[in-house]
Amino acid sequence: MRWGVVTFPGSNDDHDTVHAIGAVLGEPVVPLWHEDRDLHGVDVVVLPGGFSYGDYLRPGAMARFSPIIESVATFAERGGFVWGICNGFQVLCEAGLLPGALIRNRDLRFICRMARIRVEETDTAFTCRYARSALLSLPVKHGDGCYVADHETLEQLEHNRQVVFRYVDPSGAASDRGNPNGSLANIAGICNAERNVLGMMPHPEHAVEALCGGDDALEMFKSVSQAIRQGLPHRQSLAISDR
Amino acid sequence: MRARVYVTRKQAVLDPQGKAIEHSLHALGFAEAQDVRLGKFIEFALEGSDTDRARQRVDEMCRALLANGVIEDYRFEIE
Repeated sequence: MRWGVVTFPGSNDDHDTVHAIGAVLGEPVVPLWHEDRDLHGVDVVVLPGGFSYGDYLRPGAMARFSPIIESVATFAERGGFVWGICNGFQVLCEAGLLPGALIRNRDLRFICRMARIRVEETDTAFTCRYARSALLSLPVKHGDGCYVADHETLEQLEHNRQVVFRYVDPSGAASDRGNPNGSLANIAGICNAERNVLGMMPHPEHAVEALCGGDDALEMFKSVSQAIRQGLPHRQSLAISDR
Repeated sequence: MRARVYVTRKQAVLDPQGKAIEHSLHALGFAEAQDVRLGKFIEFALEGSDTDRARQRVDEMCRALLANGVIEDYRFEIE
């Protein structure tokens, strides 16, 4: 199996993501360039964190028109795994591959600290090795991480169990106190209805080595590997939808 | 021709920056300022002279890039 990590102008977590996959997880990973259309036969595409195109206009607004995003959209449509982290999540929302949008943090400050999140769903390729309701410590570092969506979209997300991660307080409750950026329903990460595209604001690539503050997210990378190796049906429609 | 596009946060969506500006205005004694919303102003020149066509094209630009319909509304002037 092979991983691909996209670099946009202004990406800055692409190298850490490549390190997490190549050096820590020990799997083949190829860098992908935003101007490429060829995904080089990868099994999963990661859109990393950073400030693509300087966050001009809106975070992710420019990157979504990169040639590679067209290929990523087709790849996702065919059931390929796509993982957007931080700016990658913003790009996926702007591209319409995930619903909703990410706006300026509630308190208007750039946040850079550890956040506690709860694994809400384990029937995704990204979380299949976790126990339901597992609590993880992952770094967050963003200025525009407040997830918003209209009422109908939120209902649909909850109904289809697309909320994969929620911010929680130290007791594990999805309270206002545990919500670092004001995200709707404490949402830290969501997947699409088909469950093969995941977007999340916290940074798993920075939480894979105990030496660097914790390895709570290593199992996420292992989950994806396992899902691909076991041929987890990409479109396993465990999602309940009445639409 | 020139186009002037105004992009504003939808009423239903939080606008923490507008809120902060409102607080500051109140602190400065401008208590009458209510419901402050922060938006974007985008201005550009347009080739051609067909205003109906320009209107249609600028609307397409707003939908495609200048505004995010999930969180923003837009309006524009062409002259």
